[in-house]
Amino acid sequence: MLTRDTRDPATRPRLLLTLLALALLWPGIHFSELDLSVLMASDSQSEMGRFVSAFWPPAHGEEFIELLVQATLQTLAIATAGMALALLLAVPASLLASRALSLSAASRAGHPSYWGQLLRWPVRGLLIFLRSVPEIVWALLFVRAVGLGPTAGVLAIAITYSGMLGKVYAEIFESIDQRPAHALLQAGSGRLAAFFYGILPNVAAELLSYTVYRWECAIRASVVMGFVGAGGLGQQMDLSLRMFAGGEVASLLLTFLVLVLLADQLSRLLRWRLA
Amino acid sequence: MTLHLTQVNLTHANGVQALRGVDLHIGASEQVAIIGPSGAGKSSLLNLLATALRPDNGELQVLGERAWQLSARQRQRLRARIGLIHQAPPLPPRQRVVTAVLAGKLGQWGLGKSLLNLLRPVDVPGARAALARLDLSDKLFAHCQQLSGGQLQRVGIARVLYQAPEVLLADEPVSAMDPVLAEHTLSVLCRHARKHNVTLVASLHAVELALAHFSRIIGLRDGQILFDLAASEVDRELLDKLYANEQLQSPPITPAPLSVQIPRC
Repeated sequence: MLTRDTRDPATRPRLLLTLLALALLWPGIHFSELDLSVLMASDSQSEMGRFVSAFWPPAHGEEFIELLVQATLQTLAIATAGMALALLLAVPASLLASRALSLSAASRAGHPSYWGQLLRWPVRGLLIFLRSVPEIVWALLFVRAVGLGPTAGVLAIAITYSGMLGKVYAEIFESIDQRPAHALLQAGSGRLAAFFYGILPNVAAELLSYTVYRWECAIRASVVMGFVGAGGLGQQMDLSLRMFAGGEVASLLLTFLVLVLLADQLSRLLRWRLA
Repeated sequence: MTLHLTQVNLTHANGVQALRGVDLHIGASEQVAIIGPSGAGKSSLLNLLATALRPDNGELQVLGERAWQLSARQRQRLRARIGLIHQAPPLPPRQRVVTAVLAGKLGQWGLGKSLLNLLRPVDVPGARAALARLDLSDKLFAHCQQLSGGQLQRVGIARVLYQAPEVLLADEPVSAMDPVLAEHTLSVLCRHARKHNVTLVASLHAVELALAHFSRIIGLRDGQILFDLAASEVDRELLDKLYANEQLQSPPITPAPLSVQIPRC
């Protein structure tokens, strides 16, 4: 009698899931050849120490600062232009891929019709393809096609990020309460109008925060792509690392820090304005 | 006939059979109340009439059209002429009341006007007038999340009044309101329906309200129509039968010794 009173049907699945997660973690550590003891070895420690000690003081010569400002502006421009291009593709694709705008779902308790689901697959496939190739690979490709410089970086970000943004936007649209949009569809409204009146008000803050976060990621990605010749802070970083100019590397890293900090503050500001 | 159901069955996605062999005919500008215990299928019936749910079989005709034999575009056009008041009004919490009310006409507006209306409300007087009839015009520019349950319900009603449909369906429209407000709101709905020759079908929990405001009463139980009578013919015995509950010790029946004096609207 007692066991029946205290039984929770969710206990067993939860326990099993925890065990499963632990069981999956072990091969993960094994296959990634993670070996923390390497960090403790004395020669690698002194090697890292020497490199890091050269970081101080950060380079602040007038000429270098000028270069730094130039490179920062270029990085920001690459990230922003790349995001803008990505949005051009991501917004329509997310609307097409999302079940939230399904007219059939509105009269089938949220389950879209078989045909609707089938038609959504090509769009989903396109988004998967766009984001499955890393931006660095696109950048290498475009550097060959359009030559060294920021254009390659912009195109690479636009392509990869349109895939990511489209997928996540579509999922954000589906994650909220669908009843407002369904009610509008049931009152004869068109799909896009139902989206703007029934879904957008609820997702705006989340969309904004994700977009700003992705913009921040695009800044970092544009840095990485600088290493393969796509301009901006990354290219400068590549040069400084090659010349073992620790001070310059430190200045560049500080600039990244400031950029990420600014992106964070911007996101907070926008969310606060929208709340 | 405005609403026409022939031998309609409805099964929900979870396998529950909500309606069984329902035959129902409601003429133009009739005012009908649906009563019955919870789980009887009142909401399902109203959603079915609103073409929000598709019947398994049987035929549904609304405003002379077979809703489920139309193309999707034609059905959307038909739906713009049907207004459904939801029990829990599905309004985004962060939307302004004025936008929520004006959204009633989305089915009649083009996309351009709809988007323009988001930037700047195109018909503030219209929204204010709809809200004023429900004594809520001071909340015109409030956000939906700032309103109470009863106020939200009135915003939902104001939206449908603004939509000005030819068929007005109401699913427990006054369930979150106090008795005085419920009385007032129902009479607003009835007056609107009569003035504009609108067919009105409402489901109600409170039997007294149904008997006081509606001329025709439909009793629904277990997805079937138990009775379909004029309000004056509904007596205590029928109500006992409608609400009889074998599982509860004392049947919770409130058969109002009702006031024939209250003018029907």
